[in-house]
Amino acid sequence: MKLITAIIKPFKLDDVRESLSEIGVQGITVTEVKGFGRQKGHTELYRGAEYVVDFLPKMKVEVALDDDVERAVEAIAKAANTGKIGDGKIFVSSLEQAIRIRTGETDKDAL
Amino acid sequence: MSAEFNELAYALDTFYFLISGALVMWMAAGFTMLESGLVRAKNTTEILTKNVSLYAIACIMYMLMGYNIMYGGGISALIPSFGGILGATDNAAASIAAGSDAYYSDISDFFFQVVFVATAMSIISGAVAERMKLWAFLLFTVVLTGVIYPIQGFWSWGGGFLADLGYSDYAGSGIVHLFGAAAALAAVIVLGPRKGKYGPDGEVKPIPGANMPLATLGVFILWLGWFGFNGGSELKLSDVDSANAVALVFANTNLAAAGGVIAALITARLMFGKADLTMALNGGIAGLVAITAGPNVPSLLVASVIGAVGGVLVVFSIIGLDKLKLDDPVGAISAHGTAGIWGVLAVPLWSADASFGPQIIGILTIFIWTFVVSMILWLVLKATMGIRVSEEDEMTGLDVVECGVEAYPDFTRAQ
Repeated sequence: MKLITAIIKPFKLDDVRESLSEIGVQGITVTEVKGFGRQKGHTELYRGAEYVVDFLPKMKVEVALDDDVERAVEAIAKAANTGKIGDGKIFVSSLEQAIRIRTGETDKDAL
Repeated sequence: MSAEFNELAYALDTFYFLISGALVMWMAAGFTMLESGLVRAKNTTEILTKNVSLYAIACIMYMLMGYNIMYGGGISALIPSFGGILGATDNAAASIAAGSDAYYSDISDFFFQVVFVATAMSIISGAVAERMKLWAFLLFTVVLTGVIYPIQGFWSWGGGFLADLGYSDYAGSGIVHLFGAAAALAAVIVLGPRKGKYGPDGEVKPIPGANMPLATLGVFILWLGWFGFNGGSELKLSDVDSANAVALVFANTNLAAAGGVIAALITARLMFGKADLTMALNGGIAGLVAITAGPNVPSLLVASVIGAVGGVLVVFSIIGLDKLKLDDPVGAISAHGTAGIWGVLAVPLWSADASFGPQIIGILTIFIWTFVVSMILWLVLKATMGIRVSEEDEMTGLDVVECGVEAYPDFTRAQ
């Protein structure tokens, strides 16, 4: 089992959700997050003085999968791509255990 | 003229005065929204509390002593009489019968004037936002609205020495707006800037306001209220000349605000490369303040230019104050003080009845009196009860510290 964690631009969330649905992903978890990468935030202007917004708002999308991990990663990467700086990153990590709370099913059956 | 006609004119003028006063009262809401939009979310409840309280205190103090100090006649041209509590007697009708030209009820005059002192106090509220102790501010409000404002008001509108000199200030660019800004400047100097506003090398670190829609709504409310502020100051509506004058005052007030917004917006765009909303909002207020000293004389085009000059001045004034490390979160000192001075000085340019000498003496008198007396009072308050919250309380936010409740308890804050 793998856990895909994608950090994407907030306005790309709908596109990512749709393309994941298309390949049959059953559920995702979304969190509003803030952070910076090589882009290092951006500047805004208030009353004539510029200031740096260090942490930009992003969406964190988490998907737990047993198979089709490659396809899901591709789907996210394709849907979230704008070609401009700040598109985000995708991390894939191993998932040791999964449990569905209602039924007590575990691992593959729980996903 | 028949007695019925005179009575009808009296009723109309009194009604117009009351409605104008109600419009000016609504400016308290404008200031409240503007200020709550330009402070951080953690200081919102406190600034709302402050604004509703200062309005109430101003009304009570002006009834108890302010009105009779300002309009009770003077011991001399410099020293007002201290007439005490305002009664309910309305002598106007009797004096009309006796052939006087009194054309509105005395109580309607009190109602109209009382909302002006509240406006002056609201100006200070914004400048000291996010760091002043609530109760020190309210104590200052008691003295300013009860004594400091009425004494200088007596000098001009009450028939004192500025009136004798020929100082011309139609609805109070100087008497109300510069007055408020002068007291605010003294407060800001004693109080110091908000924590984190200026870096160690003097660089300005903006502290963005929490809610731009509220700030914009506030300016629109002020804009509306200003029709009462300036329009009502014509004092009379019930003949053709007065009605025409009121119409000109309304149109000029509106156009000055429009000129101020456009000028500030373009100035900000040229200087910073962005259409800076808060500068445009301050520009609108500056335009209104600038025309307030004489909206009854210039042509419509000239009125918009007077407003536009105010709009340009306010942008440079805000930047200049920041360079001096005088932290004014809402730009009140610039919009009301700098534009107020310009407004008073603009009157002789168009009006044959005014000249520069008395205008300059008026500005200096109002500024020095208000600044010095306020400064002394702020220093006394600082030495006794303290006027600034602790650093920790400032970081926590005044909502929880002073009022015990946040403005938006359902929302999670970024910081």
